[in-house]
Amino acid sequence: MTLRADAPAPAGTRVRRFGHSQRWVHRTTAALMGVCVATAACLYIPEFAVLVGRRELVVRIHECAGLALPVPVLVGLASRAFRADLGFLNRFGPHDKVWLRAAVARDKRRSSRPAGKFNAGQKIYASWIAGATLVMLGTGLMMWFTHLTPLVWRTSATFVHDWLALTVGIVLAGHIGMALGDPEARRGLRTGWVSKDWARREHPLWRP
Amino acid sequence: MNSEPPEDREPSKDRPASQSWVPSQDQVPPKGRDADRDADRGADRGARRAASADGGGTPVGRRVLLGTLGLGALGLFTAPTLQRALEAFLGAASGDDPTGLTGLLPNGGGFRYYSVTGSVPHKNASNYRLTIDGLVDKPGTYTLSDLRSLPQTRLVKDVQCVTGWRVPHTPFEGVQLSRLLDAAGVRSSARAVRFTCFDGAYSESLTLDQARRSDVLVALRMQNKDIGHDHGGPVRLYVAPMYFYKSAKWLSGITVTDEVKPGYWEERGYDVDAWVGRSNGRDDDPTS
Repeated sequence: MTLRADAPAPAGTRVRRFGHSQRWVHRTTAALMGVCVATAACLYIPEFAVLVGRRELVVRIHECAGLALPVPVLVGLASRAFRADLGFLNRFGPHDKVWLRAAVARDKRRSSRPAGKFNAGQKIYASWIAGATLVMLGTGLMMWFTHLTPLVWRTSATFVHDWLALTVGIVLAGHIGMALGDPEARRGLRTGWVSKDWARREHPLWRP
Repeated sequence: MNSEPPEDREPSKDRPASQSWVPSQDQVPPKGRDADRDADRGADRGARRAASADGGGTPVGRRVLLGTLGLGALGLFTAPTLQRALEAFLGAASGDDPTGLTGLLPNGGGFRYYSVTGSVPHKNASNYRLTIDGLVDKPGTYTLSDLRSLPQTRLVKDVQCVTGWRVPHTPFEGVQLSRLLDAAGVRSSARAVRFTCFDGAYSESLTLDQARRSDVLVALRMQNKDIGHDHGGPVRLYVAPMYFYKSAKWLSGITVTDEVKPGYWEERGYDVDAWVGRSNGRDDDPTS
């Protein structure tokens, strides 16, 4: 896939989508998640494990990155703009049902995909990945501090951690794939600004 | 943190509170849905957010998050049952899966590669040596061909890793450890055996009684072929009744000692007496 690199929209035709806080939270969370996924691959996929070895070090990095994963969001809560975005992600209006129904029916017409600042798919993704991260954190801690929980829990925690890791990997790939297909959305997270045309097209109900 | 330019502020307050979502003519066909429904759930919230579709509405995000947490907890409680079912299913599926993809799934069967060091030197018939020393009358060194010339024992049992994976009916062939110990002449003060490895880091240990069991081998072959480097070749330990971390890979030294010294993983919290199903808090079926 080639990434389109259109020139940014000229000044005056752009709108502010994200401030420093949201972009900082997204960037650090993405970096930590990347470390988690990369180290997980080295622990789990035999070909990478053969290449890398150093099992104890890789486990330690994985644990630290996993533990730190929720920190950017928690720090971000200090920002009013970030809290406002969390509120937008949380609340589903009637238009989100319309969007979801169209997504299920594979109806790609713009008119059937009404969205505010975030569309319903982004809202579902954000809340699911937040919940999944917490489950990964909890089960990971059970595997790490094996004496804190009853012993039978460790096997169960490993089981949940393994399968959820696979699911998270697939969902993350979808998330990244969609970002690769939408350069203006990526520019929004990189610079904070998007073109008015894009905003009208992708997020018609958003009033920046 | 709040240094965003003015465009970033929350929606203006000058629109009516009831319009939490108003489709414009060309966007969405009206569904006859009463958008006012949610507006009176707190006039302040409604007033601040009414201008756009954002902000109002039901907290579905929170429900999805809590639901995911709930599913995770449910997964913990149902894991033993689910795991058994999946292992049975994937174990059967991996039998006739030419792509090998099932091996990448959790509980998909097959061995996983664990090494505690960055790289491990390769040893072959010309440079491999196994030394036996410590509390013995005749310390010595074996080459690969020395070991091959000794009587070989074949065992076919399940391999169980402490992290959960199990590989059924895996053949191992090699020299019984008790034979090497007897040949070296263990002194009466000896109580334990320590194993060291040519990866330079790994170590293991067994009590003398454990080491003398007939199902403990200095293994030269696994799965009916010479043990390859990734599986700990050319020579690894095979302790059939214990979790697989006891079966040290790249075995290069056997030292008879007067007490058990915990090995690499045992220094890091795993049990020294690692009987399958009776240690490390696990209840797997015994392997031997």
